[in-house]
Amino acid sequence: MTRRGRMVLFGFGAVGLAALMAWGLAGLPSFGDFDGAYGTLLSKIAVPERQASSVVAAVTFDYRGLDTLGEEFILFAAAVGVLVLLRIQRGEEDIPAEPQHSRLPTGRSLTLRSVATALVGPVVLLGLYIVSHGHLTPGGGFQGGLVLAAGLLLAYLSGAHLRLGRARPVSAMELSEAAGAAGFALIGLGGLVFAGVFLENFLPTGTFRSLISGGTIPLANVAVGAEVMGATLLILAELLDQHLLTHGRHRR
Amino acid sequence: MTAVQAVALIVVAVAGTAVVFTPDPSRQAIVASVFGLSLALLFFVFQAPDVALSQITVGTVALPAMILLALAKVRRRERARNDS
Repeated sequence: MTRRGRMVLFGFGAVGLAALMAWGLAGLPSFGDFDGAYGTLLSKIAVPERQASSVVAAVTFDYRGLDTLGEEFILFAAAVGVLVLLRIQRGEEDIPAEPQHSRLPTGRSLTLRSVATALVGPVVLLGLYIVSHGHLTPGGGFQGGLVLAAGLLLAYLSGAHLRLGRARPVSAMELSEAAGAAGFALIGLGGLVFAGVFLENFLPTGTFRSLISGGTIPLANVAVGAEVMGATLLILAELLDQHLLTHGRHRR
Repeated sequence: MTAVQAVALIVVAVAGTAVVFTPDPSRQAIVASVFGLSLALLFFVFQAPDVALSQITVGTVALPAMILLALAKVRRRERARNDS
């Protein structure tokens, strides 16, 4: 297609998009004037029914848990797709590995290594806090899982490799991803078995504002946290040719 | 709309435009992470802290890191192909 043809096509597209957006924006309620029946109802009943002070978490992991289950499996499928493609590619083409010295991400910068080392603990702790308090304060499994993945990425930047005793870290992260994805589905099945409805909150909801409350909501947060952390780390590790999750002693 | 919200909207518009007009992809990833951070602030001042938390981690850490790593991988493949 010629340059002129492309510009004409773009012109039509841009004008059409602008018209649609102007039409859509004209129909919006005025600023700050929310009038949704569902949202108003949920903000009234979520705390008395589920003892969960984070209504957003009550919606995403309980009332509309099915949507989150779907999203979780989208992430799962995407991560598996990336892993399969990159692993096939590595098997087919024998690309020489990077020389040892350029593999170390922080071989030259002491500042980066010190800052990363200092941040690992706080960031991992923050991730655990966000996962475990998802039903009480903003956050939850998705956000906390990503923070945990970022914490372990910092450990890599600090020059260390992730070691988990005898377990191969890649297998551990695969297990974390799969168990998290399956865990949420099992919580849903638990609702079907014990309450007659898939993803129904079948556990006692406990005391308002305590750490163990909200029934299945914190469990679902932990499952999603494990899945998101595993998926993110596996993708990053595969892009780094698995140096992120190398097993064994750290070679220099 | 408060002044903070107006400022956040303007910052997001400027940062988004900056991402589009950054030519080099690896620089673009860094500018995109600044854009991600400004989006997180936008969500926060519009009272959506849950979305802001995911945006901070996805937009400023995970996405730029994945873009940079993917770029590095593509370049390494190209170098390996040119050498052989």
